[in-house]
Order: sequence, then structure tokens, then C-alpha cells
Amino acid sequence: MKTRNRMLMRDLWHLRGQALAAALVVMCGVASFVAMRSTYDSLRIAQSDYYRDYRFAHVFSQLKRAPDGLATRIGDIPGVAAVRTRVVIGVTLDVPGLAEPASGRLVSVPERRAPMLNDLQVERGRYIAPGRADEVIASKAFADANGLRVGETVGAVINGRWKRLTIVGIGLSPEYIYEVGGGTLFPDNRRFGVLWMGHDALAAAYDMEGAFNDVALSLSAGALEADVIDRLDRLLSRYGGLGAYGREEQISHRFISDEIAQNRITSTWVPAIFLGVAAFLLHIVLSRLVALQRTEIGLLKAFGYGSAAVGVHYLRLAAIIVLGGVAAGSVLGLWLGDALTAVYQDYYRFPRLDHVLTPAVIIAGIGISLVAAAAGALSAVRRAVRLPPAVAMRPEPPPSFHAGAIEHAGVARLLPASGRMIARSIVRRRWKAAMSALAIACAAGILVVGGYFLDAVGYLMRVQFELIQREDVMIVFTEPASAGVRHELGALPGVLSAEVFRSVPARLRAGHREKRVEITGIEPGAQLRRLIDADEQPVALPPDGLLLSRKLAQVLEVGPGQLLQIEVLEGARPVRQVPVAGLVDEMVGLGAYMQVDALNRMMREGGSVSGAWLAIDDAEAARLYQTLKQLPVVAAVAFREAMLRSFREILDRSLVTTTLINIAFASVIAFGVVYNGARIALSERGNELASLRVLGFTRREVAVLLLGEQALVTLAAIPLGFLLGVAICWLLSRQLDTEFYRIPLVFSSQTFGIALAAVLAAAAVSGLLVARRINRFDLVAVLKTRE
Amino acid sequence: MTVCCGSKSCRLARPVPQAESITPANPPPSGTPEAVFRVRNVSKVYRMGDVEVPALRGVDLELYAGELVVLLGASGSGKSTLLNILGGLDVPTSGEVDYLDHVLTRASEVELTRFRREHVGFVFQFYNLIPSLTALENVSLVTEIAEHPMDPGEALALVGLSERLHHFPAQLSGGEQQRVAIARAIAKRPDVLLCDEPTGALDYATGKVVLEALAEVNRELRTTVAVITHNAAIAAMADRVIRMSSGHIAGIERNARRASPSELSW
Repeated sequence: MKTRNRMLMRDLWHLRGQALAAALVVMCGVASFVAMRSTYDSLRIAQSDYYRDYRFAHVFSQLKRAPDGLATRIGDIPGVAAVRTRVVIGVTLDVPGLAEPASGRLVSVPERRAPMLNDLQVERGRYIAPGRADEVIASKAFADANGLRVGETVGAVINGRWKRLTIVGIGLSPEYIYEVGGGTLFPDNRRFGVLWMGHDALAAAYDMEGAFNDVALSLSAGALEADVIDRLDRLLSRYGGLGAYGREEQISHRFISDEIAQNRITSTWVPAIFLGVAAFLLHIVLSRLVALQRTEIGLLKAFGYGSAAVGVHYLRLAAIIVLGGVAAGSVLGLWLGDALTAVYQDYYRFPRLDHVLTPAVIIAGIGISLVAAAAGALSAVRRAVRLPPAVAMRPEPPPSFHAGAIEHAGVARLLPASGRMIARSIVRRRWKAAMSALAIACAAGILVVGGYFLDAVGYLMRVQFELIQREDVMIVFTEPASAGVRHELGALPGVLSAEVFRSVPARLRAGHREKRVEITGIEPGAQLRRLIDADEQPVALPPDGLLLSRKLAQVLEVGPGQLLQIEVLEGARPVRQVPVAGLVDEMVGLGAYMQVDALNRMMREGGSVSGAWLAIDDAEAARLYQTLKQLPVVAAVAFREAMLRSFREILDRSLVTTTLINIAFASVIAFGVVYNGARIALSERGNELASLRVLGFTRREVAVLLLGEQALVTLAAIPLGFLLGVAICWLLSRQLDTEFYRIPLVFSSQTFGIALAAVLAAAAVSGLLVARRINRFDLVAVLKTRE
Repeated sequence: MTVCCGSKSCRLARPVPQAESITPANPPPSGTPEAVFRVRNVSKVYRMGDVEVPALRGVDLELYAGELVVLLGASGSGKSTLLNILGGLDVPTSGEVDYLDHVLTRASEVELTRFRREHVGFVFQFYNLIPSLTALENVSLVTEIAEHPMDPGEALALVGLSERLHHFPAQLSGGEQQRVAIARAIAKRPDVLLCDEPTGALDYATGKVVLEALAEVNRELRTTVAVITHNAAIAAMADRVIRMSSGHIAGIERNARRASPSELSW
């Protein structure tokens, strides 16, 4: 037993380079599995714990104004477990140290602390004191982004009056884990924040005493969400209900749940690629070892060691390599998981987002790695076990080549003898070559997928914020204003041009399909907001009828020329049949557009507007911001540039990490595959190549013969990898085609450039490492060896 | 060959001072042109761990253009070491080896590679053909990197393999494989052909066919041929027979008449 252990150790030492390469690939597989799976667990646990402990609601609705007494009737709806009514108001904030006005969402909370739906966790400071109209609890994301501390104040225009609000606490709510402001899906935590304020003070300021304009409710077990939503809508329709929705349409929940779902998918297929490659590498390393050790195997069997003992020897070898990779991978995965979880803390605000690594994840990592190892080792071990001792002790017959595919295709005549050597070697072991190419292609594919996210988000940002949204500032009024406001805004300091819009909540119906959306009325010939088609060309608004974003048309299953029923959820709540005039292409949200006049006509209102888009003169921006902070009628302000900048910052932080990890991991695959391939080739053909050195071939010429096969396989694999990557991206883009946003299938040349460079560099390094061994050829021994 | 010898920076190009040349141990018969190899006081010591194993002890020797010599000796006599040093595969511990006006003992690894490529043909005991190439392609592989090679088909015809051009090594007998190896060695028109136990892996009849091929090459192309063997019967086909034992040259004999390989028997 002891001697066999020593033999095992010596075999391992002899194979150290190749064993290390295979172990590195296992390490990457386990690291990615542990990191992604544990991050998935962490997010999932953080989410479900948070939802449970802080009673995250199931159904939400905004409305115009309803008496508090209605809460009881809502609670009577079958299936409703608890109800929370509140007052929610959008205001403009003046934040110390911030030039632009920020948008705040004031959310009422009970004067005295009591358990409630969408409960508040006060992380720092204290709960508001009853009866204090100047105390607020600020959301953590907003406070952190602006460096606001407990005791500091922010200015706010509350119902037309400028007030100073003191931050007495910093808090978190399960409603705002992902905190984005009205009208956008991109977080800008400096310029949008939630402030929780005492119910009495907020209601008094907005004439909402004894009333509410926002309701959240939880469902009892077994309740049907759709039924409750239906009944709630009917109940609220008299009170200006804007349509109830479930968690699926709650932005914060939807983002996190999508992210968690994605993590689950990637934590499955990324490690699968690595472990598949690892199994392949183990297969070729062990197969070669068994071929080299034929005589030893024969000898062992001749001495009376059983087939099982021989098989176990090679299985143990595979297991040691894999377990080495598992150990390193678990440590690396733990570290990466910490880093990934930290990245999520940038986007998501949980009271606790601890990186949780359960033993189950480690055990699963070990388990699937060992399965991969066994799968890789199996055929080699079987060959060792089946060798009869007498056969084993004779050297393996030389490889036999015959005229094959290359001759039949007539390619051979075009190639020099060295090219034919390489070509025949590939054709002779086409499955091995194909598997190598596939593995390297996976490496290139991983890099393409990594780059694709950057490209797609970049493209989305460009189209959304350069072609579609062209304003500098968007203003949303608290109440619809008259169209004349356009001239007042145009006269503000620094405003170059102003265009107004009308936005009304509505339910669109086509047959049994319906969707709650905002219909936006735009001025004909608007310059600051454009609608574009798939070719990025501007689309003119028709005088009548509705333009739908392609995704919305898909959801409703309607096309141009077909009629839609519009049920407006504001004002007189008219119901109209309107034709679909055309489609536009947008990557964010579900848009529906009309000419502003047509929308006004449909609403049977004069020239009402909901907000405006402004183009401003940067030199005068500071004065304009100062004015905007004081405007009484503004509910929200959004700055295109600032939002872009803020989003890019977050993106950069997370993408640098993930891109580096991608490159490192993909390089390990390419390195491992090429290195092992070249080492095997060296082992199999060392004698033949050394003979050529004797015949006067230079090291370089011999290196070409040795590495030519790997080089060809790598070069063939790269375009294959690009195709593979594009195919995966296509699948991803289909999967990410949600009502929130669509990610188009676009790639930059940089993405392919990085993938190409990383794979070539990894292949070149491994090639050079192996080529160095050509210097160590024993030319004298070659004259006397028979193989 | 001018590629190597024309360059001033090439160390192989340094002419050997005439004064240093020593008298050949066994002068060529009148009419034999010149010494191709000059070996002076060459010793080779292998270090195996702490033990020093002398393989050659002060060998002096000259090989002449166009002759066929047989180096005869038992295993461990130093004949392979000597052949390896002549072929530029190994360097002596002391002494000097010249090939024409190249000093092999002062050449770098790159220069030795060039020397082998331009001047030397090797024939191995186990043929060392490339299994993935046909007979013709095995020869082409070498002619593709040679300066003035012969046509690969012609080289194979010279060893009697015109009918087997497109066979892979696995489809050829041992003797045929060795003849492909000879064709591969001579196709670049080397100045010297070094053969290490060329019949060692072959049966009697096949061995004789291979020796015929070597004699034919020597006769037709006037290539200097050195054959290592421990088979004394082969000595009869040589111009000169160099007997080696324990790292020394034990004796050099000149055959009055070169026997044809077909006359040999063992």
C-alpha cells in the first residue's frame, strides 16, 4: 500500500504541469459555482427574510383620494390579510451640497411606531416623534449617496411652502430595496430619495386628513391575487384608483427577483462549462498516462495486483487533482462571493446582505467535481483495468496512419510535408481536436458574453438617452397644469427651450388582454423627446391614434390598424376605442404615445399638461437649479446627464470586477486546454520531433510542428467561440426581454477583440511553456530509443 | 553551404590555422582528395552523479571525402559517442574536431543545428520516421528545408523504393522503413552520412538490402559514409575499418578490396 502511495505521488509529480492545469480549471468551475451559488443563496435568503420580517405587501395601488373608512372595506375583500393605507407625495428637495434639486417621495408612517406592512427598519437615529411636522426618516440609499447624517436637514417644497426637514433617522423598507424614482428604471440615489414622515403632518399639509392615496395589502395563504386585484380595482375606481398590481410589477421586487433568477441560471451553466472542460482535460491526461504506463500496469498485474487495485490507482490520481482544485476553488469562491455580494450592496439596500456560504454549497461543489472527475477518468481507467498483463508489458504499437479525409479532399497536395503532419494528426484524432476546439470556444464564448452585457447596456443607454430622451431636465408637476406653463418655463433663467407633455395612467385592452400603462401626449414636432423605429429613424406622431412600443404591442397582441380600448384612470375616466397608428422601438418600459392635443381631446380637457422637458444652457444651470428648488408645483425633477453619470459609476464598479474575473477564468480554460494538448503531443511525438532536431531542424521549426496542431485548433475555436457566445447572448437577450427593458443583440468590435486577445495570449503562454521543453530534448538518446 | 560559411560572424567559418594540423594516423591512398573530419586528442567524460565515466580517451582520427568507413566495437567502446560528436550532436570534454574549415568544438547550439542541416545525413537504428507522413513525404520534409536537394522520388528510387512512395511507415517493412530513412538522409545531398547500427533492428536479408543501399549512395554520390556496428562481418564492405575499445582507437585497417554487401554473411 505504502509503495503504491509513493507511486501515486511520483505519477502526480511527473504530471505536475498538466495536473495543475486541470486543477486550475476545476478551481475556476468550483469557484464560480461557490461564488454564484452562495451569492444566489445570500440574495434569496436576504430577500425572503426581509420580506417576512418587515411584512412586504403583496398588492399595491395608487389612487386620487379615498376616505380612511374605505380601508375596512378593502380589508373585507376575501383573501386580504392586512391593509395599510397611506399618503404618498412627490416633492422637490434641496439637498446640502447638491446643485440640482432632488426628487423626494414623502411616505406617511404612523405617528407612533407600530408593526405595519412594508415596515420600516430604522438603522440609525430614531423614529419620528409624534406630532412633529419637521421630522423625517431618510432612506439609506439617499442618505449614503449624499453623505447625509442624522441631525442634518434638507429643504422641501411642501404644498407650495418651503420647509426645512430634519433627518432624525436613516431607514430601510422592503419596498425600496432597489430605489428608483418615478419615470426611470435607473438608480440615481443622489437625486431621488424616499423620506418617511408622520402621517398627521403629511396629511395636514396636503389636505388629506382622514384620507389616503396609496394602499398596500397582504394576502392570506391560498388567496388568488388576480381576484383581489380585480375587487380592489372596482372598489377604488370611484376614488381615482390607478389600477392595482402585484409584486410582479413592483419595480424593486421585480429587479431583485430577476437578478436572483439570473444568478440561479448562471450558477448552473458557467460551472458546468468549466467542469466539462476539466473532465475532458482529465480524460486526455489520464489516457496518455495509462498509455505511457502500459508496462508498469502489466508488471503490477503480473505481480498479482488485481484490476480493481490498478483502477483505484488512476481514480485516486484523478480524485487528488480534482480535490486540489475543489479546495482552491472553494477558497477563491468564498472570496469572489464576498466581492459579488458587496457589488450587490451597491444596487440593493437590505438591512443585512451577508454573504452566506452553506456547507450544502461546498458539498455540492465537491460532489459535482468528483462526478466530473470520474466521468473524465472513466475510459482511461477502464482501458488500464482491461489490459491483460502479457499485452500490457509489450510497448504500444506505433500509430498507424492511412490515406484519409485529407487525401480524398485533395488538400494534402496543397500542403508542405509539415502541414500534412499537422493536418493528419488532427484528422486522426478528430474527436479530441473537436473537443479541444469546443473547450477553447467556450473560453472565447464566456468572454463574448461578458463583453456583450457592456455593449448592450452601452447601446441601450445611447439609444435611450441620446436618441429618445434628448432633454437636459424633465419636470413633473404635482397636478396637471395649463399649457401656458410652457411659456413660463421658457422664460426661466438658462432654459433654451421647453416642450410640454401630458401623461395619463390608463388601462389598454385588446380582447381579454390588458395592460396598465402611462399614455404620453407629445407635441407634434417635439425635439426633446423623439420616437424612433428599429432603424433608429424618428417616427412622426400621427394626428390621431396611438403609437405603441413594439413590446407593448406584443403583450397586447395588436398591430397597426387594429383598435384598442383605452380606459383612462384619471379625471373623468373616459373609455375610448382608439386605433393603433404605428409601432415605435424602445428598450425601456412599455410606452404608448399620442399627440398631446389628441390626448387632451380624449380627456375632454383644455390644454392640460403633466410636465415638461427642458433644454438648458450649462452656463446658467446653477441659477436655474436654484429656481427649480423653489417652484411650488414640481413633484419630480430628473436630470438626464446626472442620471447617466450615476448609473455609469455603479456599472463601472461592478463591471470592472466581473470583466476581470471573466478574462481570468476564460484564460485558464484556454491555457489549460492548449497546455495539456501540447504536453500530450510532446509526450506522444517527442521522439519523432527530436529526430527532426537531429536531422537539422531548428528549434523554431520543431516548435511549429509541435504547436501547429494546437495553433490550428485554437484559431478554429475562436470563430466557433464567437458564434457560441453570440448564440448564448441571443438566448440571454430573449430571456431578458421583459416589460421593464429589452437588451438588444449588439456587439462592439472591442468585445471580440478582447476575447480574441485573451484566448490567443493564454494559448501563446501555454505554447511557449511547452516549446521550452524542445531545448531539453536528448538528441543522443533518440538515436537509440525505440518507441 | 555558402549561407553558413560566407558570414564573417559565423564561428563555423573561422579557418583552422594550418600549423595546428597534425599528421593523419593513417594517410589516405594517393588520389584521395582531403580529410573531411579531423579529430585531435578528443576526450569525452560523462558525469553520472558523482561518478565520472570516460567514453573517449584522446582519440585522433581523420575521415576522408568519399570513403566508406565502418566503426567497429563492442557496446560501450565509445563508437556512438564519437559518431555523435562528428554529427554535431554532442561536444567533447577536451580536444578539437574540425569539419573542413569549421571548428565544431567551438560552435554554438544554433551553429551545430545549421551544420547538421547543411552537411550531415543521419540514419538511425530504429529509422525514426514520422508515422503521419508517407515515404515520399518523410523525404520531402527534409528536402523542404535543404538548399540543393534532390527530388524526393529520385532519392527513394536510389534505395529501390519507387513503388512504395505513397505508403505510410506502418504499411512498410522494417527494411523498407530503413531505406526510406536512408533516402531521407541523402536527399539533401549531405557531405557525410552517419549511420548508427543501421541494420541493428533488421533481419539478415533485409539488413543486406539496407547495406546495399548505403554502398550505392557512397558509390553514386561520393558521399562520405560512416557506419557504426558491432557486427564484424560488415567491416568487409568498408574502405577503412576503425576498431574501437574502451574509448580508444584500437586499430585502423584498410581493406585492399571493398566487398559488395551481397558477399557478406553473418
